[in-house]
Order: sequence, then structure tokens, then C-alpha cells
Amino acid sequence: MIKTIFSAGLPVDEQLLIQKNSIRGNHEGKRLCVVTGTHGDELEGQYVCYLLTEFLQRNTDKISGIVDIYPALNPLGIDSITRGFPGFDLDMNRIFPGSENKSLSDSAAFSIIEDIKGADFAIDIHASNIFLRELPQARINVNTAENLVSYAEMLNIDLVWIHPAATVLESTLAHSLNSLGVKTIVVEMGVGMRITTSYGERLFHGILNLMKNIGMFSGDVNCEITKPMIVEGDGVEFVNAEKSGVFLPDKNYGAKLHKGDIIGRIVSPLTGKILSTVTSETNGLLMTIRAYPIVYEGSLLARIIKN
Amino acid sequence: MKKIKIFSMKSPYREPFHIYGYVFGSGEKTAAIVGAMRGDEIQQQFVSSQIVRILTDLENAGKITEGKQILVIPSVNNFSMNIGKRFWPMDNTDINRMFPGYNSGETTQRIASALFEEIKDYKFGIQLASYHFPGDFIPHVRIIRTDADIVSEAQKFALPYVYVKNPEPFDTVMLNYNWQIWGSKAFSIYAGTTDTVDQNSAKITWQAIMRFLQSNGTVESISHPGFMTQKLKDKDFVTLTANSAGFFHCLKPAGSDVRKGEILAEILNPYDGSTEEKIISPKDSRVFFVHNKTLIMQHTAAFQLIRG
Ligand SMILES: [Zn+2]
Repeated sequence: MIKTIFSAGLPVDEQLLIQKNSIRGNHEGKRLCVVTGTHGDELEGQYVCYLLTEFLQRNTDKISGIVDIYPALNPLGIDSITRGFPGFDLDMNRIFPGSENKSLSDSAAFSIIEDIKGADFAIDIHASNIFLRELPQARINVNTAENLVSYAEMLNIDLVWIHPAATVLESTLAHSLNSLGVKTIVVEMGVGMRITTSYGERLFHGILNLMKNIGMFSGDVNCEITKPMIVEGDGVEFVNAEKSGVFLPDKNYGAKLHKGDIIGRIVSPLTGKILSTVTSETNGLLMTIRAYPIVYEGSLLARIIKN
Repeated sequence: MKKIKIFSMKSPYREPFHIYGYVFGSGEKTAAIVGAMRGDEIQQQFVSSQIVRILTDLENAGKITEGKQILVIPSVNNFSMNIGKRFWPMDNTDINRMFPGYNSGETTQRIASALFEEIKDYKFGIQLASYHFPGDFIPHVRIIRTDADIVSEAQKFALPYVYVKNPEPFDTVMLNYNWQIWGSKAFSIYAGTTDTVDQNSAKITWQAIMRFLQSNGTVESISHPGFMTQKLKDKDFVTLTANSAGFFHCLKPAGSDVRKGEILAEILNPYDGSTEEKIISPKDSRVFFVHNKTLIMQHTAAFQLIRG
């Protein structure tokens, strides 16, 4: 059943609506929320939500509990190819838990939290950004790792990256929900503004597998579940551009790297010169590779999981 | 005056990006002043340029105190300002969410790091700041509440208000907070407007900064009379949000004194011009902040009032 969880008037003849599809199983059970679209330029979650709503609506006999699917937490952003909250250029994942009487974006954040509150689990699907391509991975704050890693392992992803806590991240949706007792896992996969269908299908099966393991789904998952590699904060090496120019990758994500391997080159189309040859400083697995070719000094080019 | 280059970076096709500082006097690093960090902080850049002009004159007249050094950085982000963007042109990140910075990290982390290295050892840090919602303020000094009590020092700007703000998670990656953590006394000055120059509030702002520098013995200058500064905390404000959307027809600009029941603004229907809503003052108070766009969305903060 489609429900509107927040609405607000826009200046001329339009309401901003945040909606969810609430799918109730034929049996009692837990409540899972699948959310995406906080960043309007990240679309990988769209396919996952489509696969889930389509499948779950015709299989309510095998579902115990409620699955709430929120495909667009930032609907204006998605409809206008805007990462942030349009009008304010505000990162919507830095305003949680929100408040009732401050601003439109804060009120939206507040309503989202109010609606999800009380759920047992939430999966928050992101797609990195338009600049980077990522292996499917869960990102988990070290303080919540003990609670979450075993569930993240059910999601049919390649990696679980446990990162250090930072005060600024206390304003994310995941942090707010975890502090309210909703076990929330952030999934990052693919690239902004595109849909990587193979990843969407993997996560769809992963979510069904999670549901099966927590007693919400009694059907067959019909998929071999990948067990992810667990990576701690200092196990990841960041490669940043040393020159500004055009980045041409030599390797694709998922590549196994040896120390000294060329990851890509930064070139100048004006002079025809190679400005920088980007090599791996370590043996490892290429988990992130730059997708957007224009780079400045400092732009992230790759992340490597050290062996 | 000495012009120094604080940071340089090549760009794929534009002229190189630079951050310049203007150094006055020499000796103890006394005050650092940072202007526009975002591309729409035009008022902030304007105020900084006026401070450079005034300090140049004072220095030529021998009125910078012996042994005191002042650094002014009018712009940290000409790349965004030149193309009408607010945040960094490539990845839309906000330099003022990157402090203390990281010199081998992402581009804006590198910019923040180079800037912070240059300014972190100054005794006083003054940032000309702007708010993330569009609006006009009564010019004021804002400080983040930490263990250091710098209210009495903030009062030396003699602006109408010092707002002592409780830190929120995002403050931890902003300049003001990191300056304080590093041991500087950090003040954010809200100079009225952001994306347009308002001569009147600009002048109030640079005069306040000159008063501050004079009152702590950094410069000798002609004094401009100031205000008896009043201290404000989060609980001193009442926020009025719009319950409807449409044209925002403001009747009471920032600084207005209003009576209980007075109409502060009307929201008009964009199709037939009828009044959708009257925003009314709940008590006698003063307008501290007002939304400054012609259109307004529902739930948007239209006014922040100081409780009478
Ligand atoms: Zn995201």
C-alpha cells in the first residue's frame, strides 16, 4: 500500500511528497525498511526497490511482517539530477534526526525518522557518487560493528568496510536510526547517475537472504550468496590525483593489483603529455575506481584493499 | 603590506587556482581574517577587501602596533565565485566542511589544510561567515560554545549581538570550531547579507572588526561608536516557519522591533494573489533573521525572533 509520509507545499501549485510502499506479509513478523535516494544523483537503489516491490507484492504468502520500501527520500533531487536538497544545496544525509520547526529539509528528515522508528532493520542504499565506481559493500561505523556485521554478511555483497566513528557522521540517517535501535546498514555500490543491473540483482537476493535469516521470508532465495571480505579502516589505501587533468583508467574495479601496477594515467589533451602515471603502492584489490574523467589535484582516483 | 601566496593548484583548463593573503605589521601572529570561502559570499569578500584597504592606509600612517601581525585572506574560492557557484566547481563540496583539512586528501581537504596551516597560530581568528539558508541577519558575532569563554572578547566588536551557539555535529568540520580546538579565539561575523553587497551592513561589519583590532591594541585607528553587545543563546530565539507556500511578501526586515500581533509577512497565492497566510509576531520581539527570497516553501524558517 502506498503511503505518503511527508508532504510540503512548494511555491507554485505543487506538493513535495515522500512516499513509501508498505508491503504487509500474510503472517506476523518483524519490520524491515529499505530506503534510498537521499542523494538525488545515486540511482542504483531504484532498481533494487523495483525488484523488491515487484517480487514481494506477489509473494505476500511467504512474508512474515512488514517491508516498507522508500525509493526516494529526496524526490526533488532525484527528479532534477541534484545530489543535495534542491534550493539549499544541502546534503540531506547531514541533517538527521531533523526537527519539526526549523526548515523544510529538517522537517522532512524528522518525518522520515518518525516513520522508520520502531522498525527492526533498515537498509540504506547509496551509489557512491558520479565520480566513483564501487564494488558492492556495506559501510559500518566501528561502534555498531558488533551488532551489524553478521547481518551485513547476509547481503550478498563483496565487502564490509568498518570505518572509524566521526562526530560529523552523527548527522546521517544510519547513525540516527542505529541510535534509535533500528539495525541500519548502509550499502554503497556502483556509480552515480547509472544503474548497474548485476549489482541490483545481487543486493535484491541479498535482502531476501537477510529476510530469510531473520524469519521474514519463507521462500527460496535462488542465488548463491557471496560472503563478503571484512575490511577495517586502515586496511584501505586511498589514491588521490597528484595532477589536474583527464584521468584514463587502466584497471577496472575488482582487479587484483600488484605493487607497481599502473592503475591509470592523468593526461593533458592540450599538450598531448602524460602528467602523472598512477601506480599501486601495494598488493591488493581495487575496490573503487574513478568514473568521472576530469580531475583536480587531490581528486580520489582509487581505493585499494591491502592484502 | 606584503602579499603572500598561501596555496596554488593547477586546473585542467582554467588559470591556476591561488589563495592569497595580505600581511600587515610583523611579529606576534595576532589576528587572521578570512573572507569568502563559498562562491556566493560576495558581501564577505567585499568586507575583506575594505579591511585590506583600511589596513593598508593605517600601515602607511604607521598605525599598526609594533610587534603585531595581521593576516587578511579575502578569498579562498575565486574559482566558484567566478562562475556563480556556491561550492567547489568540480565536486560541489563545501570548503567549510573540510576542516582541519588533510594535505594529501581530496581537493577541498587540501585547500582547507593549506588555509588552516597558515592561520591556525594566530591569537584571534575572525571569519566572515554565511548561513546555509537564504536570509538576512542583524550583523552579529557568533561563537561556538566550548570550554573557552570568549564572550567578553567577542563584545569588543561592539556589534549588537554575540550569539553563543551550542555545537552541532557539522560544526566539528568547520573553521570556527577547529580554530578554537587549536587554541585561537575564533569569531564568526555575520555581515547581514551574502550574495549581494549591502553597503550599510558591510560598513557596520568592517568598523566592528577595526574596533576589535583597536580595542586589543593591534592597530591605532579612528574609533567608530559601537553597540552595547547583548549575549544570545539558542533558547533566546523563536523560529517562525511558513505554514504555506507562495510569494513571500516581507513587511519587517532584519532589525525591526515588532509588537505582539503585528504582521511580519504575508504569503500570497501565486495564481490569484490572495493571502494564504499572515505570519504574526507571537510577542514583542526583534527580527534577528528573515528569509530573503521572493518565493517560499512550506515549513521554511521565515523569521528568527529574539524573545522580548
Ligand atoms: Zn549517497
